[in-house]
Amino acid sequence: MKRRSMLSFAAAAPLLAGGCAATSASSATSKPPALQGTGDLGVVIERARGALTLVNTSRREAMGRVEGLGDLSHASVVFSRDERFAYVFGRDGALTRVDILERRITHRVMQAGNSIGGAISADGSLVVAQNYTPGGIKVFDAATLELLSDIPALMPNGERSRVVGLADLPQRRFIYSLFDAEAICIADCSNPRKPQVTTLAGIGRQPYDALLSPNGRHYIAGLFGEDGLAMVDLWDAAPRARRILAGYGRGEKPLPVYKMPHLRGWAMAGGRAFLPAIGRHEVLVVDTATWAEVGRIPVAGQPVFVMARPDGRQVWVNFSVPDYNRVQVIDTPSGQVIDTIAPGKAVLHMEFTPRGESVWISCRDDNRVQVYDTHTRQLQASLHVDAPSGIFFTARAQRMGF
Amino acid sequence: MARNALISLTLALAAAAAGAQTPAAPAPERAAQLVRMVRQDCGSCHGMRLTGGLGPALTRQALAAKPPEYLAAVIIHGIPGTPMPPWSALLSGTEALWIAQQLASGFPEEMRSQAP
Repeated sequence: MKRRSMLSFAAAAPLLAGGCAATSASSATSKPPALQGTGDLGVVIERARGALTLVNTSRREAMGRVEGLGDLSHASVVFSRDERFAYVFGRDGALTRVDILERRITHRVMQAGNSIGGAISADGSLVVAQNYTPGGIKVFDAATLELLSDIPALMPNGERSRVVGLADLPQRRFIYSLFDAEAICIADCSNPRKPQVTTLAGIGRQPYDALLSPNGRHYIAGLFGEDGLAMVDLWDAAPRARRILAGYGRGEKPLPVYKMPHLRGWAMAGGRAFLPAIGRHEVLVVDTATWAEVGRIPVAGQPVFVMARPDGRQVWVNFSVPDYNRVQVIDTPSGQVIDTIAPGKAVLHMEFTPRGESVWISCRDDNRVQVYDTHTRQLQASLHVDAPSGIFFTARAQRMGF
Repeated sequence: MARNALISLTLALAAAAAGAQTPAAPAPERAAQLVRMVRQDCGSCHGMRLTGGLGPALTRQALAAKPPEYLAAVIIHGIPGTPMPPWSALLSGTEALWIAQQLASGFPEEMRSQAP
């Protein structure tokens, strides 16, 4: 409020000084809109309060809040391609469209009983939600949130599977994995009211999340039920799933997995992919030409997010409880951990600014978001945010699979 | 095999519970930690409001048919073949039983001071 009146005063001052009556007349009758781009904006999920904190990554400060989004305990966000609207997928099945500039909810639908995330088509016209209950995906008109189609995730026995690992593909297609059904599905929504689904069966037990490579060619689903990952080359004429890193932990007793790793937000850099191991304090390194394991990097706990800085030079890793007060930085050329930082209690998520000079880290139990210079690891800012979890910057709108 | 082990553990815990009617409640500070842990960390699979997610709902209604001793055994030992891990490295058996009893009677809300 205070800031807004300061801004309008600042805008009016030169006009008054110059005595420019013609232009000042219009601004006197209606307050001129504060023109603002959105490329350096983002949202932080306040998971306990069901609200968003809107942030500006150039100023490194909060610019407002939007409340009334329901249960955000596992919320994720995609953005319209003009980077003005955030689509928020809540745990309680709500899909909410938020106008970041006007700081308000424009549309909201309860679309499922239990939801886990979503995706948006490259042309910005379709928003798709992935649901646990009832298991399946739903396709919405991105402008109105009108339901266009409801695609159940069916297992051979007719029951529905929980859906994970949803990602957008070119030509209004979406790919996702079925946790309960050992399957990967590709839904062609070029006619969104009559989607065509192709199912790849027998991909491996309990896919828990997936990633899409930055060029959209490779879809990789992590498997919870066995050591290995399922990979699909989407440039094949008839895509099929093949196993990679099969048996990466053979002969070793896995540790309890207190939190499922997240794969979305690829970590591919320099011809290698960096992936969280399940039940091990390791990051697995894979050659993306051969898909063979080329190394393992010991880390400080069970990795949850393994994320490459946009230039690929570094990979940042956070961990599950009880090791979630630390974050480690891997130098990708050497494959070495070069830094361990302690941003705060219960680190849940990290997000790089579009060019990667800074990283924002949510520390749930400190009610803080910490901003670090990724080159020097110096703290640049510290924002008070209530129980922050996911951090999402608008630049995601321009990336496939985000 | 795993189920048998679970059942025998359940029985053992039940016997223990019968001996001492209610487990010693944790000290207030630890109890607050446990409530927070369930809401926040268990919540990553079961939902912060315990309405379910990758894991099943843990509301009082959803757990009505499950004795607290069974739930405590699941917490301590996990369920092999599912994502439910054993929490024995982070919780004692008594704490697990206390959590189970709280779940069975409607889990308390977290007392938390909010950021300004």
